[in-house]
Amino acid sequence: MKNHVLRPLWVAIAFVALIFLVRHFMVPKDFGIHGRNFTYGFYRLGAIDDWKAIPVKYRGMAGCGECHEDKVAEHQKGPHHIIQCENCHGPALAHPDKPETLPIDRDRGLCLRCHAGLPYPTSQRANLPAIDPDKHNPGAPCVECHNPHNPEM
Amino acid sequence: MSCSRRDLLKKAMCGAVAASLPLTMFRFLSPAQAQAAVAGSGKVRWGFLVDTRKCVGCGFCVKACKMENEVPYDAPVTRTWVERYVVTRDGKTHIDSPLGGRDGFVSQKVGEETIPPEEITKAFFVPKLCNQCDNPACVQVCPVGATFQTNDGVVLIDRTWCIGCGYCIMACPYGVRFFHPIYKVAEKCTFCYHRISKGMVTACVQACPFGARRIGNLKDPNDPVTRAIMTERVAVLKDEYGTKPQVFYIGLDSNVR
Ligand code: HEC
Ligand code: HEC
Ligand code: HEC
Ligand code: HEC
Repeated sequence: MKNHVLRPLWVAIAFVALIFLVRHFMVPKDFGIHGRNFTYGFYRLGAIDDWKAIPVKYRGMAGCGECHEDKVAEHQKGPHHIIQCENCHGPALAHPDKPETLPIDRDRGLCLRCHAGLPYPTSQRANLPAIDPDKHNPGAPCVECHNPHNPEM
Repeated sequence: MSCSRRDLLKKAMCGAVAASLPLTMFRFLSPAQAQAAVAGSGKVRWGFLVDTRKCVGCGFCVKACKMENEVPYDAPVTRTWVERYVVTRDGKTHIDSPLGGRDGFVSQKVGEETIPPEEITKAFFVPKLCNQCDNPACVQVCPVGATFQTNDGVVLIDRTWCIGCGYCIMACPYGVRFFHPIYKVAEKCTFCYHRISKGMVTACVQACPFGARRIGNLKDPNDPVTRAIMTERVAVLKDEYGTKPQVFYIGLDSNVR
């Protein structure tokens, strides 16, 4: 065949080869079909471990009693025992190492999440003790008069 | 070069057959791979059960989700949210979800509207999150293989691989995907994959004081969540899209969209 046909052909072949070479180095080795099929299961396997490596922040209230025995005991006796400590105090992470202490939120909004009266007869909300935030001691923090851990006290 | 008609036809036939064989034909699958391709391997398929009758709209689930999963707290994006539905006598449905319900529902105002209590015929709260569909439309549209379904049924995003094109955000019929303002990639609920893979429940399930949210293994017939889904009357959102959502709802209303 003639040179002027071959030369561009070689260039094209070299270009394609380059693409394959780059692809070989750029695409991680663990990329492939790991799931059901190509449509849903074509991915980098390491991505799963990336997600698993995220640190847990909400520990749950099982361990709090070790050091805050009084608070946990109070809390367990009252109607608020269903509420996780961390819902009101924020995620514990590695407390008491880091952070050394957890925030205390005395905002009325914290309690109004459940106790602001809403006239919704078909909702479970109607079964919670309700107040009208504009009439029930407006301006004063709820915890001035109510114990947040056991409001029956 | 000489070539008889018979030779030409023979070679053309062989060529056509060879061209129609995909290269994957020549890959050897291990029995485990073959089984995975047919049935979805493993003994776990995560599913979720929401009991809308128990939800009071406190929003602790949204708060916990945002903190646990490092979703920017004050940005108007969230992986899970709670909607309020107020249906009035005139047949209208009033819906809102201030900040996704992060700070709860403390006002009788729905959006800007004040609705007189005597007008209300029914009102309720509906928590929403990623449905971890069996046929996820969001995964189908990804052009680079950055989102996928794990063998236990959870749809995840590869943050190092996502190019941020936003196709998946448009494809999700439930609107659960959004653009992460910090990582600049698509973002969605992962069923707290870092927690469930350690034997814990998701942050939202743990945070819910009323048991309105539960997570379980749908492949285990003795799992209490699986039992509840099998024995109670449950519904899913937007069944007609054929995505086979795996978040089931008890007490779902026809007004919920
Ligand atoms: C190993 C012991 C330990 C455990 C476990 C522990 N804490 Fe603490 N906590 C402390 C110490 C020490 C402080 C610091 C007290 C201080 O500064 O007065 C503290 C402070 C706090 C404070 C702030 C108190 C204040 O007066 O400002 C809160 C709220 C709190 N912890 C909640 C929790 C919760 C919720 C848990 C369970 C997730 C928990 N703690 C688990 C030791 C512990
Ligand atoms: C309903 C929300 C709520 C829950 C649930 C809750 N707390 Fe508190 N907690 C508060 C508030 C509000 C205060 C501040 C009380 C005050 O100022 O008198 C507080 C104060 C505290 C303090 C410091 C109190 C002091 O006087 O030194 C500790 C420690 C504490 N909580 C631990 C816990 C633990 C442990 C749990 C779980 C068993 C828990 N809390 C559950 C709202 C809550
Ligand atoms: C997650 C929802 C929730 C939050 C947040 C909450 N509570 Fe409660 N509260 C309840 C429930 C549930 C009851 C018990 C209702 C019952 O007995 O049936 C209750 C009961 C009460 C009662 C009535 C106790 C009695 O005498 O029967 C008071 C007072 C109260 N809470 C105050 C507070 C205060 C103050 C806060 C803020 C620190 C707060 N609550 C936050 C859910 C909540
Ligand atoms: C100045 C003190 C004071 C403050 C501040 C206060 N309360 Fe009360 N609260 C009371 C007293 C006293 C009662 C019992 C008498 C009554 O029912 O009015 C009560 C009753 C309640 C009840 C029970 C109502 C029922 O029907 O059983 C709830 C719930 C409640 N308060 C929640 C709150 C919340 C939430 C806040 C903060 C937004 C708050 N309170 C702030 C003094 C206070």
